[in-house]
Amino acid sequence: MSEMNGTVRIGVYVCHCGTNIAGIVDVKALTHYAAGLPNVAVARDYKYMCSDPGQDLIRQDIRDQHLNRIVVASCSPHLHEATFRNATRAGGLNPFFVQMVNIREHDSWVHTNHAEATLKAIDMVRAAVRRVAYHEALEKGRVSIRPEALVVGGGIAGIHAALTMANAGKHVYLVEREPTIGGHMAQFDKTFPTLDCSACILTPKMSAVKNHPNITLWTYSDVTAIEGYVGNYNVTVTRRPRYVREDLCVGCLECLEACVYKQAKVPDEFNMGLSKRRPIYIPFPQAVPQTPVIDPETCIQFKSGKCKKTCIEVCGDRHAIDLYMQPRTEHIEVGTVVLATGFQTYDARRSPYYGYGHYPNVYTALEIERLVNASGPTGGEVVLRTGGHPKSVGIIHCVGSRDENTNRWCSRVCCMYSLKLAHLLKEHTGAEIFNFYIDMRTPGKGFEEFYQKLLSEHVHFIRGRVAEVTDASLHSSEEGQLVIRVEDTLAGFVRRIPVDMVVLATGLEPRADAQEVRRLFNITCSNEGFFLERHPKLAPVQTFTEGIFLAGCCQGPKDIPDTVAQAGAAAAEALALMDAGYMETEPNTAYVVEESCSGCKTCISVCPYHAISFLDERQVSAINPVLCKGCGTCVAACPSATIRQHLFEDEQIFEEIEGILEYA
Amino acid sequence: MAPYCYFPGCSLRGTGIAYEESLLEVFRLLHLPIEELRDWNCCGATSYMSIDEGSACVLSARNLALAHKGHYRDIVAPCSACYLVLRKTQDYVERYPRIGRRVEESLGPGRLRVLNEVRVRHPLEVLYTDVGLAKIKAHAVRQWPGGKVACYYGCQMVRPYADGDPDHNPVRMDELMHAAGVPTVDFPLKTRCCGGTLTGTMPPVGLRLNEILLAEAHHRGADAMVTVCPLCQYNLDAYQADLRRRSKTFSEMPVFFFTQILGWALGSDPARLGLKRAISGRKQIAQWFPKQRAEVAAHV
Amino acid sequence: MERRLKLQKEAEPEWARRISEHPGCEGVFSCLQCGACSGTCPLSIYMDFGPRRIIGLVREGFRTTALSSETIWLCASCYSCAVHCPRKIHVTDIMYTLKREAIEAKLYPRRLPIPVLAQEFYRAVRSRGKNPELWVVLRMALKSHPLILLSMIHTGWALLRTGRLSLHSEHSDGIAEIKRYLDLREVA
Repeated sequence: MSEMNGTVRIGVYVCHCGTNIAGIVDVKALTHYAAGLPNVAVARDYKYMCSDPGQDLIRQDIRDQHLNRIVVASCSPHLHEATFRNATRAGGLNPFFVQMVNIREHDSWVHTNHAEATLKAIDMVRAAVRRVAYHEALEKGRVSIRPEALVVGGGIAGIHAALTMANAGKHVYLVEREPTIGGHMAQFDKTFPTLDCSACILTPKMSAVKNHPNITLWTYSDVTAIEGYVGNYNVTVTRRPRYVREDLCVGCLECLEACVYKQAKVPDEFNMGLSKRRPIYIPFPQAVPQTPVIDPETCIQFKSGKCKKTCIEVCGDRHAIDLYMQPRTEHIEVGTVVLATGFQTYDARRSPYYGYGHYPNVYTALEIERLVNASGPTGGEVVLRTGGHPKSVGIIHCVGSRDENTNRWCSRVCCMYSLKLAHLLKEHTGAEIFNFYIDMRTPGKGFEEFYQKLLSEHVHFIRGRVAEVTDASLHSSEEGQLVIRVEDTLAGFVRRIPVDMVVLATGLEPRADAQEVRRLFNITCSNEGFFLERHPKLAPVQTFTEGIFLAGCCQGPKDIPDTVAQAGAAAAEALALMDAGYMETEPNTAYVVEESCSGCKTCISVCPYHAISFLDERQVSAINPVLCKGCGTCVAACPSATIRQHLFEDEQIFEEIEGILEYA
Repeated sequence: MAPYCYFPGCSLRGTGIAYEESLLEVFRLLHLPIEELRDWNCCGATSYMSIDEGSACVLSARNLALAHKGHYRDIVAPCSACYLVLRKTQDYVERYPRIGRRVEESLGPGRLRVLNEVRVRHPLEVLYTDVGLAKIKAHAVRQWPGGKVACYYGCQMVRPYADGDPDHNPVRMDELMHAAGVPTVDFPLKTRCCGGTLTGTMPPVGLRLNEILLAEAHHRGADAMVTVCPLCQYNLDAYQADLRRRSKTFSEMPVFFFTQILGWALGSDPARLGLKRAISGRKQIAQWFPKQRAEVAAHV
Repeated sequence: MERRLKLQKEAEPEWARRISEHPGCEGVFSCLQCGACSGTCPLSIYMDFGPRRIIGLVREGFRTTALSSETIWLCASCYSCAVHCPRKIHVTDIMYTLKREAIEAKLYPRRLPIPVLAQEFYRAVRSRGKNPELWVVLRMALKSHPLILLSMIHTGWALLRTGRLSLHSEHSDGIAEIKRYLDLREVA
């Protein structure tokens, strides 16, 4: 129960905020009015309350005027609540005796009539003065943070984050769904703008992960459950059976050759279906771990039980193949989580005018990456599906990007990788290359220079969004080729350009299961489906869930330099938590008054943060103050008004309401 | 069942008379009751919309209101332009208050809501959905004597109100043809514009658009084209003599309404299908549909 | 020798804003100038500007240039542009709006048969409620390019002999009612 404890002495501070507030609200009149309110010992106005001298006013007044409540009429609490609470504490008063009144975002910034804006400010300050009298002293909570971290996703983002934290001495669990780490970067041939070989820069980091004493690498695994809260997450990881023992396999790969399938029949996922693999396979030669995996959907032994099992035979004394392997569940406790689950590429079949899936020689960018790669399905030879080498290639930008009909956003990397593919294709085939773009987006370091390089290589750059790719020819010169119809907006003509090969620069989008993953980790996502950062500028790697951080394309499309930078940032933020060892929690949480709790459990079902549990022994609900975000839903839902919330007690709210409605 | 309300539109009484003849014949053979909308007026097509938008919607609205008054649930508009304009009016009176007010001024207060209570449908979709491929197949009594056909959907039936068939690759006409036992060819230009009124107003342009369509159909191995719109059929049919003069390699072919082919497959007397109204490809038509009165009598 | 320089005094931004307020024209300011519309338009190769450039002209308020163009009349309303546009702009509706303004402002090319046809069609429907194809075409030809009739003779004959040319013109019974509807002034 909160009441006015003793004599209440309130200090009211009205900020001018330069002319932001003072330009519309009559701050002098407001201050004068506030001075006359009950319990107000002092009322001042000042140009910038958040500045040092401004804060000094509060500190001094607390001591000199024996204040025990502070009201600051200024900007949004989002901006400066912490500032004024700290100033109050520095003055020797409990920081939760502060109430802010937002007369900027809620008043001066949204109204133009001076008189009315001032009246509104008067109402708001009066309400705050009445409310703050009922504030009580509160203390921040503290939760300890375990020094272990979980990284979900083993692409370049996850790898970098894991290595950074492991190097700092923390134990890291790296969980990857595929049989190997490396992600999409392992599929690229060269990277822009330096044309570094992707595998060459990636594999040393993959190796480092494998050999790092502080990293536990679990591939072919998924996080299936996570409970707890910042600093104390209980995670369940399900490890799918590879049917090959990682601890016994030496990576000789003889079992692959020995498989009874003389001809590989299964479309190879790593090579985007351009080649085939056997049921026992390794995604690519530098896979980490260097352990094959058996696909039970296509392995004869699993389907019919009648295989000669030549793989087991050739493995011999090592006995690494275990067809009876079962899924294993691991339970771990970690302090922080970094989500680095990556992206998927846009499905080009959704753009029917470009003929992907209909015309054999229409490819996606990822397919071309594999085609030009020396370890790819054709050893780096650019061979068309219909045979032969292309003499002309059309690269279409913005497929599944910048389009109200598919994905609205710009996928950020496609202009650059289209330039790169243009260069690689020209190098491999000597073909005439046409890039069809709407805008050329080359903002990074060395990117514009890369564009200049491509221009000097006599690649055609035609500004126009391609209308269609068709095999209906209008002239004998177009027979047998794919015709691209486009308006060359720069030269001013509609053109028909026949090519042998069409490459679609498909955009990046959230993975198909992004929604399930984000619900599992209790984080939010944006309209587009990418995981949501806490603030786009000031907190780009944090989420709204404490202790969970984002890295890489799962947060939004970006290239490798930005991904690695963000992964480092996420690791740093996680390390900051883990090194500090504890985190303070806000006290504006809800609490159950046990004596009046009837055990109806209504609150449990409405809590969006799973912060309420039921104590069976006492048949009452209990709220975890660390998970509680103070949303107030349970407070409102509780049928017996048993649940209350600090800083939002009934008396405080009613006083505020009465204050607004009272006429001076 | 409630009869379908038939909205012929001006073309089906003039250049597209064969469409009316074959459409009514097909509905008769399939026992689908259909009645002409009494005192219908011109829908305004593209021309009216070019002069006065509000009035164009009023013209359509009157037809929809008349259909509603006649207690019809479905208004069948074979001409793609009529279909589009009627659908557009239904859409725009709800979406744009300005148009809604204009139409309401004419029809009377509170009358706007009746406009969306009638469903505007194209006969292709009616036959595909309400009758279904299986029933068509079961009722098809005749072997198709002709060659392969290229199904041409045109523009205004598939864009922007496609009603189920994807606008970039509609297949319903092809499937109806297959159900009737008629082989089709893959025709990528199936939704490329025929030029509409341009054959009459800008002949070089209009003719070229149709030349492209006919040439590609021929290139793909088609012996005939099948359409759903009277203006498309007219454009493809009426100017083939000019096209032959322009190009030695041009190959004349008949252009049917899909209802003519369906009517034939369902056993209709060819004389009732308006086949004699074709301008081009008459040789093929005479070959494929000789006057076989005896055979006809046996089936009907 | 034509001097193609556009001074800013020629631009009418108010007109551009008004155009965007017409039903269907809301998207005119979100155009990327990507060229998908012109790229797919089957008539753009015959147009003086093409749909993309027309939208460019409209956005910048070059009313006279846009309304005097042939482009808007060559539009066959096939809606390919609207379906391809990545901003989902109803290009076809913009074309119709410009056609209407061109006729109202009398800026359309006077001897171009297409706007003449539209007006004859309009008059015919206004007076009869239905469109008598033969009369409309005849009047159009006479008012724009009479020589067109020569090229149409054999087509006309083909239509006549196949019974596809209705020589008598139908009236709608409810023509009085229709006229009343159409005579109402457009609500502002």
